Amino acid sequence: MARKTTATREAITTVAAWTIGFLIFFPILWIIILSFKSEGDAIKTPLAVLTSDWTLHSYAEVQERSNYARHFWNSVVLSLGSTIVALVIAIPAAWSMAFVPGKRTKDLLMWMLSTKMMPAVGVLVPMYLLFRDFGLLDSRIGLVGVLTLINLPIVIWMLYTYFKEIPGEILEAARMDGANLRSEILYILTPMAVPGIASTLLLNVILAWNEAFWTLQLTTSNAAPLTQFIASYSSPEGLFYAKLSAASTMAIAPILILGWFSQKQLVRGLTFGAVK
Amino acid sequence: MATEHSRTAARLMVSPAVILLFLWMIVPLGMTIYFSFLRYNLLMPGMESWTGFDNYYYFINQPSFWAALTNTLLLVGGVLCITIFGGVALALLLDQPFKGQGIVRVMVIAPFFVMPTVSALVWKNMFMNPVNGMFAHIAKALGFQPYDFLSHAPLASIILIVAWSWLPFSTLILLTALQSLDREQMDAAEMDGANWINRFIYLTVPHLTRSITVVILIQTIFLLSVFAEILVTTNGGPGTASTNLPYLVYAQSLLNFDVGGGSAGGIIAVILANIVAIFLMRMIGKNLES
Repeated sequence: MARKTTATREAITTVAAWTIGFLIFFPILWIIILSFKSEGDAIKTPLAVLTSDWTLHSYAEVQERSNYARHFWNSVVLSLGSTIVALVIAIPAAWSMAFVPGKRTKDLLMWMLSTKMMPAVGVLVPMYLLFRDFGLLDSRIGLVGVLTLINLPIVIWMLYTYFKEIPGEILEAARMDGANLRSEILYILTPMAVPGIASTLLLNVILAWNEAFWTLQLTTSNAAPLTQFIASYSSPEGLFYAKLSAASTMAIAPILILGWFSQKQLVRGLTFGAVK
Repeated sequence: MATEHSRTAARLMVSPAVILLFLWMIVPLGMTIYFSFLRYNLLMPGMESWTGFDNYYYFINQPSFWAALTNTLLLVGGVLCITIFGGVALALLLDQPFKGQGIVRVMVIAPFFVMPTVSALVWKNMFMNPVNGMFAHIAKALGFQPYDFLSHAPLASIILIVAWSWLPFSTLILLTALQSLDREQMDAAEMDGANWINRFIYLTVPHLTRSITVVILIQTIFLLSVFAEILVTTNGGPGTASTNLPYLVYAQSLLNFDVGGGSAGGIIAVILANIVAIFLMRMIGKNLES
């Protein structure tokens, strides 16, 4: 009797969960489907869309007409570049706060977090003017700097929570055995810290890839990443469903795949370690 | 313990991050505050003059400010309602044993990784478009008149789009929290005859409270500055029907070139965000101690 109810319950849960999951995923699935249709077929009724012919034509056209490769490359440079710069600054900072905590370490961490609370729009005007005056508008280097700064607090926090979990006794033991600071970092900390650094990198690349305030404000074409490129489909090209779908699919695919690998780190990174 | 030598090294290692963040905080924000007291229009260079609180006065007294403030709060509130209630329900469902858990989880999380401009355009064109959108096709098939979402209910449509991108976030965090719930305690309560409603109210909800608070606070920080979704769907319109505070500041400073007024708006946005931030910082600070 009991077993039967659990089986029924599991069946109901399975149906409900799959239905809801499918509905939530549907918009993404739909653009993937539309991206393989011709423009004429893409605006038909949903059933007619499904039964129409499949084609790679839209992908070819997006490549040809819009210099997709350049925007893709800009996204790669901006997200990877800002992440690497942030890591270079954050690793030593997080390391020293985790292993040589002082009286003010906690306050310092909270202060760093508080810089993340400042809404971007509060500094939009001066940033725009500074970028204009230094000739940084629509340049990759300027944007790498901004993206580094806005994600730096998250990077430091994530690394800090990971480093915190490395047992301090190991370091003391190494010190007893005569290891100096350099070999301590090189042979003991680095191997233990690599997983934490890798997941920080992953999360930060995702955040930088999808950042859509500064990338829209400070770029127009040369340094424009995919966020800006897609925004240019706003109108009237947005009515070309198949091309918009193909461009969108290519813009989100890399991060969708990366993102699925980083579910666990995502929770931890975005809640600043408050939920693990 | 730590030697004098390693303390100095530690300080040196922290300093680049501290200096950079300090400059990032102080320089642009200081400039915004300074500009907010100037009569400064990009179309009239060299005509800057001190005006005291005039910019604030005019910014607050324009009708679009109150519309924008209301819209900002409605947007944050609306998305929070959908994502919290939806997220709790979804997390409870996904926490049950069923076939294909991994795949469903992956499908539910996916929207979070879609960049804002893509999600906004896809919803706008493929779903909400009154001629060829999915909703229009469905309405026509059922014999209804298609509804033009973005011109008749622009704010509600944007709330829906933003909620779709944030629902995975709340679900994922609440699910993570649910999984750390003490199973034995649950089983014990069940043995003692507590039905599922009581188990939910007295065990699950208290356990989730902290995570829900974290989700509310973090989402609020991001939702206060929603921008791309509005830019590519409605441009804040029709009129000011879907203009929020960030969009208003953008329009005033970069479309109307009114640097002074835009800066005053920016400072108001900072103050608004800081009220939320204080609560968030307390929550996370408490967690640091435990």
